[in-house]
Amino acid sequence: MSKETKEREPLFSPKNIKLITGPINLSNPITVQVLGICSALAVTAKLMPAIVMAISVMVVVAASNVLISFLRNGIPPRIRIIVQLVVIATMVILVDQVLKAFVYDVSKQLSVFVGLIITNCIIMGRLEAFAMSNKPWPAFLDGIGNSLGYGLILVVIAFVRELFGSGSLFGFPVIPQGLYDFGYVNNGLMILPPMALITVGVIIWIQRYYTRELIEDK
Amino acid sequence: MYTNGYIFRYAAIMVIIAAAVLSTAAILLKPYQEKNVAIEKMGGILASAKIEGIETENTIEMFNKYVVEEMVVDQDGNVVESFKDGAKETAKAFNLNMKTELYRRNKGENYELPIYIIEKDGVKTYVFPLRGTGLWGPIWGNMALADDFKTVRGVTFDHKGETPGLGAEITTDAFKAQFEGKTIFDDKGKFTSIKVVKGGVRTLAADQQIHGVDAISGGTITSHGVDDMLKNVLESYLPYIKKEK
Repeated sequence: MSKETKEREPLFSPKNIKLITGPINLSNPITVQVLGICSALAVTAKLMPAIVMAISVMVVVAASNVLISFLRNGIPPRIRIIVQLVVIATMVILVDQVLKAFVYDVSKQLSVFVGLIITNCIIMGRLEAFAMSNKPWPAFLDGIGNSLGYGLILVVIAFVRELFGSGSLFGFPVIPQGLYDFGYVNNGLMILPPMALITVGVIIWIQRYYTRELIEDK
Repeated sequence: MYTNGYIFRYAAIMVIIAAAVLSTAAILLKPYQEKNVAIEKMGGILASAKIEGIETENTIEMFNKYVVEEMVVDQDGNVVESFKDGAKETAKAFNLNMKTELYRRNKGENYELPIYIIEKDGVKTYVFPLRGTGLWGPIWGNMALADDFKTVRGVTFDHKGETPGLGAEITTDAFKAQFEGKTIFDDKGKFTSIKVVKGGVRTLAADQQIHGVDAISGGTITSHGVDDMLKNVLESYLPYIKKEK
């Protein structure tokens, strides 16, 4: 008994911590793995939907990771992708129903994109690459870490886009009226998806400038 | 290692569990979702009549304050039911299913439709709910007419799943604002509806421009849907409007 507890890894061992911090920078799902780009472009015109989307993705990834990790030894390999899909789809429908019941306005803004979490490559990717071969607790941390990395980028893009595109943050105007009187105008291009892609590009550029590990050898 | 029998059993049990979880959640959350839909419907009715300051929290209160009468009218324009006192969301008019009523109308059967009378600062506005089809699914909305039953005070539109940026633009203020001040009857009292014109209202004859609005670029089918919806639904209200005028 005592021997077993000694061998057990502490909950937040350095290896486990790395599961959370890794995806935030070094293996960020959006800027390094370039997964989940479509939703990053679609829901980031305003901060509020971006944050709700990030939280929804976090719930779905963490919960499906844990569930798949529990089931991993019983899942027949031949139908494992189908099992993963059923788990993800169930989670996404649950999240969609909860949003419709409690934050109706936001769920209307997110509209089809909540349903499209199912197709978010990050989730399938984490289930297949991590949860299928790891214990529930690391799988949970991996899910949280990846969705944090995803959410962080979403929030940064949404911040830039809402500030310059609509002159507001969380819907409150922050650019003083005086500036508009001087002839300042909101940049309409910021609201459109192409500008989100350019913002992602700039973020990748800045990240690689500061993180030497990410620069490939010639 | 895994037999076919195991795989089939595994899949069957998994699907049954998923179905049970989802249907339980749907049943438990339904009352909350229905309340949200009702609040949204009230908000739309008030917004079409240009009532300002509507928030999600105070919508029910505002609806009860400004809606003075909810009527159900039949195909001959007779008022079947008039609801004035009590909680307005319990009225028959509020709970009528526009879809089935309009379906019955199209089949040539008898139908009943709701009308809301909103009074603010002594001015009466008549709100007519609308329902039609867009490109991907249903579109609906409200049209508020002044008490001459001719001039549009305001409109609201909503949709199930029109394309964002194209058809979904019918919900934007820029599109809706075009309707204000337009008329649904010409000077001779002939019903013209409001046309949603591809290429812009300026392509219409000068005396027809008051009966049209600009369609949405890239949203042709949704624009046609709005056009048909206005024509069909307003026509079904004509017997009542003719009686009142």
